[in-house]
Amino acid sequence: MRALAIAKKDILIYYSKGPVVIFGILLPIFLFLAFWIGRDLPLNFLMAGLIAMTVFFASTSVSPVVAPWEGQMRTLERLLTYPIDVKTIILGDIIASSIFGILLSAIPLAIAFGVGISVNPLIILGIVVSAVCFSSLGLLFSAYPSNIPATVMMISALVRFPMIFISGIFIPIDNLPWLGKILAFLSPLTYFTDIARFCVGLKPFFPVYTDFAVLIGYTTLLFVLSVKLHEKALLKRI
Amino acid sequence: MAVIKVENIEKSFNGKRVLKGISFKVRKGEIFGYLGPNGAGKTTTVRILTGLIRPDKGKAFVCGYDVAKEPIKAREKVGVLPEVSNVYPDLTAWQNLMLASQLYGLDKKTAERRGEKLLKEFGIYDVRNSKVKAFSKGMKQRLMFCMALICNPDVIFLDEPTSGLDVASARMLRRKVLELRDEGVTVFLTSHNMDEVDLLCDRVAIIKDGKIIAEDTPDGIKELVGGSVAVEVRFDREVDFKGEKVGDRYVVYTTDPNETICKIVEFAKSRGVRIVSINTRSPSLEDAFLKILGEVA
Ligand SMILES: Nc1ncnc2c1ncn2[C@@H]1O[C@H](COP(=O)(O)OP(=O)(O)O)[C@@H](O)[C@H]1O
Ligand SMILES: [Mg+2]
Repeated sequence: MRALAIAKKDILIYYSKGPVVIFGILLPIFLFLAFWIGRDLPLNFLMAGLIAMTVFFASTSVSPVVAPWEGQMRTLERLLTYPIDVKTIILGDIIASSIFGILLSAIPLAIAFGVGISVNPLIILGIVVSAVCFSSLGLLFSAYPSNIPATVMMISALVRFPMIFISGIFIPIDNLPWLGKILAFLSPLTYFTDIARFCVGLKPFFPVYTDFAVLIGYTTLLFVLSVKLHEKALLKRI
Repeated sequence: MAVIKVENIEKSFNGKRVLKGISFKVRKGEIFGYLGPNGAGKTTTVRILTGLIRPDKGKAFVCGYDVAKEPIKAREKVGVLPEVSNVYPDLTAWQNLMLASQLYGLDKKTAERRGEKLLKEFGIYDVRNSKVKAFSKGMKQRLMFCMALICNPDVIFLDEPTSGLDVASARMLRRKVLELRDEGVTVFLTSHNMDEVDLLCDRVAIIKDGKIIAEDTPDGIKELVGGSVAVEVRFDREVDFKGEKVGDRYVVYTTDPNETICKIVEFAKSRGVRIVSINTRSPSLEDAFLKILGEVA
């Protein structure tokens, strides 16, 4: 499948860069520590948050910058003249980004096992589905047709950072005011955090199958939207 | 049989009309030169023919497929070397080439066999495992050419392939273009280098301000200049001679070479300078190109 060739290219070029990987690991751990220190929160609650945050940050870290990078490096025009459509390119980028998110999730899982928290194996399915979902979201950030990676990274940061505060990672959804709850319901990260909470033995806010259904729905929506927007944006990059 | 068929293509960008009704055909196994000054719309035409952008009006067919309706099918057997393009600097030459083969849907065996052969032909086989970052422009362009040829194309689009290249790489690409033609590949070439076009192309079209203003063989285009002859003269020292200065020589275009040469001799005598050399030649494609552009302006 030609999308796999795109994914392989992305992994070789963008994901095998040391700083990308290190940033992907360090960022969630630092955020996690910053919230843990000095607060009396149950360990399994924090682990659920760490898993959710790692998958989220890893899957949205590189996917937004691939397109501007290709535009800037002048590799994009040739890529677009191969016998492949925009859908294939987007799918390839999502596959690469999801693999990265899934692989990095091994770190918080290992930490969880290390501190003796038992995790429901359903988490694996949750990680895979949400990695695909967040990768699609990441691609949506780069639908803005700028060839400057920093611009796109700023756009993505403006969405990513607020999202972790309204998605039940640090503050359970039950404790949010009603406006917060509405925002939480809009964030796909909420539903993965909810699955993670279920998997570490906490009471989830939604039934787990609802979480999965919403994540899959979001993935479909974000993918279709990404393809539509990139079909227009990619031509503006050449 | 027309491998490329363009019918009345029009294209505007933000209200600016770039192509104003372009039509031409390119036959199988032909090297077709597409000439024009900067900004004439050459790259835009290539992008339409490779299905990258859609024309506002008109139709274009490549290998029998309407490029606006079935761009993917049309591109299966098409190699492209875009004007501004780059290989992936962080990948090796081999990885770049194999990526191209996978995007053309080739199986691994075929890809490796063809890839090895191509890299050897283009003299970059020994550096196949080096990252392309370290390559010179000429080496990168040769690799781009290999990536365009890996699909065994029926048609290849080359948008100013030799501009800015070292002499050896440029010559290698030109020789390869002639070989491709002999193998029956159709070549669409845009270029600024008139000698190159004269040497390679079976037919040329000249585009200016979004319209094709001449279409013929290179010799046919030269004849359009209308029987004029270029007289080249070199004096033994600097003088204020009326004529186009090319290096240490002066060039005068004339329809009456006898009259012109006599005048040059009189001029030399009256100034007391010696003529080191004098000769006549038929006008080059460049002469014709400039004359045609000038007439339309
Ligand atoms: N994507 C675009 N947006 C706006 N203008 C464009 C675009 N592409 C080309 N043009 C304009 O169209 C004209 C023709 O460009 P081009 O086809 O690149 O010419 P050439 O290749 O013959 O030098 C130029 O004036 C250029 O500025
Ligand atoms: Mg051009």
